[in-house]
Amino acid sequence: MAVELPFEKPLIELRLKIEELKQFTEEKGIDMSVEVATLEAKAKALAESIYRDLTPWQKVQIARHPERPTTLDYIRGMCDDFVELHGDRSFREDAAIVGGIARFDGYPITVVGTQKGRDTKENIFRNFGMAHPEGYRKALRLMKQAEKFGRPVLTFIDTAGAYPGTGAEERGQGEAIARNLIEMAALRVPIVCIVTGEGGSGGALGLGIGDRLLMLEHAYYSVIAPESAAALLWKDASQGQRAANAMSITAQDLFRFGIVDEVLPEPFGGAHRDPAAMIRTVKTAVSGALASLRERPSVDLSTSRYDKYRSMGVVMGGATHSRLVDTAVGDEGTNGAELEPEVQDSRH
Amino acid sequence: MLKDLFPKKKRYATVAPHPGARDKVPEGLIEKCKRCGQILLGKELEKHLKTCPHCGYHFTLTAPERIQITLDEGSFEEFDADLTPGDPLLFPDYPSRVAKAQEATGLRQGVVTGRGAICGCPVVVGVMDSRFIMGSMGSVVGEKLARAVEAAVKFGLPVVLFTVSGGARMQEGIFSLMQMAKISTALARLNESGLLYIAVLTNPTTGGVTASFAMQGDIHLAEPGATIGFAGRRIIEPLIRQKLPDEFQTAEFVLEHGMLDQVVHRKDMRTLLATILSLHPQGGETVGCGTAL
Repeated sequence: MAVELPFEKPLIELRLKIEELKQFTEEKGIDMSVEVATLEAKAKALAESIYRDLTPWQKVQIARHPERPTTLDYIRGMCDDFVELHGDRSFREDAAIVGGIARFDGYPITVVGTQKGRDTKENIFRNFGMAHPEGYRKALRLMKQAEKFGRPVLTFIDTAGAYPGTGAEERGQGEAIARNLIEMAALRVPIVCIVTGEGGSGGALGLGIGDRLLMLEHAYYSVIAPESAAALLWKDASQGQRAANAMSITAQDLFRFGIVDEVLPEPFGGAHRDPAAMIRTVKTAVSGALASLRERPSVDLSTSRYDKYRSMGVVMGGATHSRLVDTAVGDEGTNGAELEPEVQDSRH
Repeated sequence: MLKDLFPKKKRYATVAPHPGARDKVPEGLIEKCKRCGQILLGKELEKHLKTCPHCGYHFTLTAPERIQITLDEGSFEEFDADLTPGDPLLFPDYPSRVAKAQEATGLRQGVVTGRGAICGCPVVVGVMDSRFIMGSMGSVVGEKLARAVEAAVKFGLPVVLFTVSGGARMQEGIFSLMQMAKISTALARLNESGLLYIAVLTNPTTGGVTASFAMQGDIHLAEPGATIGFAGRRIIEPLIRQKLPDEFQTAEFVLEHGMLDQVVHRKDMRTLLATILSLHPQGGETVGCGTAL
């Protein structure tokens, strides 16, 4: 049984009606084909209008869809010879982050990503894709291993955030993420990151520093979950919708800000409607990104990665503004130069 | 009753304080300790570097106060004082909150950076100020810290950062999250240059700041009792449906769990910093630390 989202309800009702009519035609032998055709045209138009203009909050719902392809679906669908590797070598294995080595386009790569479950049982095992410090440390271990063997790293991000629990705090959730940031900034092999669903704050960033950041069309990436933002700003977690709209968290927003390098189109209605097509799209994009990075010497990579992150942010006053514009050169920074006027326009 | 024959005469009359009296105590003259409740004279408090002489409670310092007690007199030279936040998301009420914070603090932004000396050792310092929207990290905080770290690389100087922050600044959305990445890339360069970075965590250091530069030091120091953590109590407690013990996420707790090198009383901080700096002679530095310049 497909999981339907609240905003899809009118469409589903209409489709049910069409089914009823069709059945009626069959049973009673009365020709209703004209009516059916009209309604089908109407359903198509309705679907167009719903999916073409999704609000940020609707995108958040699609990004959280339980049937959306998970990291393991992408890895298995895109790579050959995937060998999963476990454990952080200091505390334990964390099933919320998966990783290993695989062959992609004929080359060995290291893959790492947050992993959600499909049902309650699996979600409990995966801790709903929310990693503990040991998960981030496992990811780092695999990335350092990639550096040793000179293979690129591919990370998949789909998490509501790093797990906020007592054990996580005791074992240094902040330290684990902080270490990944600084190590990934300095890693000598190419890193490509893809936000496939939820990009939840520091928990997402902990696997998200790289040379290319790709994002699926309906994925979101935010400094704080919309519900938490609403709880802090208006003392009301149910205002997630309002917060989602205010915070500019969609792939399109982030592309406009120059933070995301490429937005990958999803099948009509979302990745879960056609996972195979989605996986093909991601594969092609990753293939292109890795091909362009593979030949670059590590010194060059480190410089461009530095410039990429160095130019992010909007500040006013002094010589800063011109400096920001000045540094926003090269392929990563072109959006940065035009940032402000575009942001202004987007509001209305 | 016998008692009724000897009515107890009230010897004192209770006089309610004049409604305005409380407000008429000049600012800073007296302060009540937030932990032990002792009334402390402003002057006494200042003498103890704003720590309670009775229970050792550490009051929050502003960035200018921190610079004053940490750096050698007259050595501080500020960087980028004129930077102010933009409003990239056109977030409701954000510019007015910034304006209010600027008026209240006299600062343009929630962090002060610059170069100076500690007992003669030249350093680049960054000091956050919690009065500025909870010390939250937006684009300017990230930019100023990244520039400070770049300056340290350029001059071959060690870096000391004093953190106090509620985390990322929500009103700048994804830009504030990316400041964690920006400062991390700058600190990665500092590492490659072989320069020392000391993080001093003060009350409170949480969220995105803990998950980035506060935990990326060669050496991590903290003030006693400071709250240090990633997720706030308000998020964890409903999740685990339990009340967390008081010592959870204190500097002492974090020390015990291996994330800090030392918890240091404010009165000893400057000397300890000077000692650590002197044990890390940096390239081009000829004057030994501790010697008067």
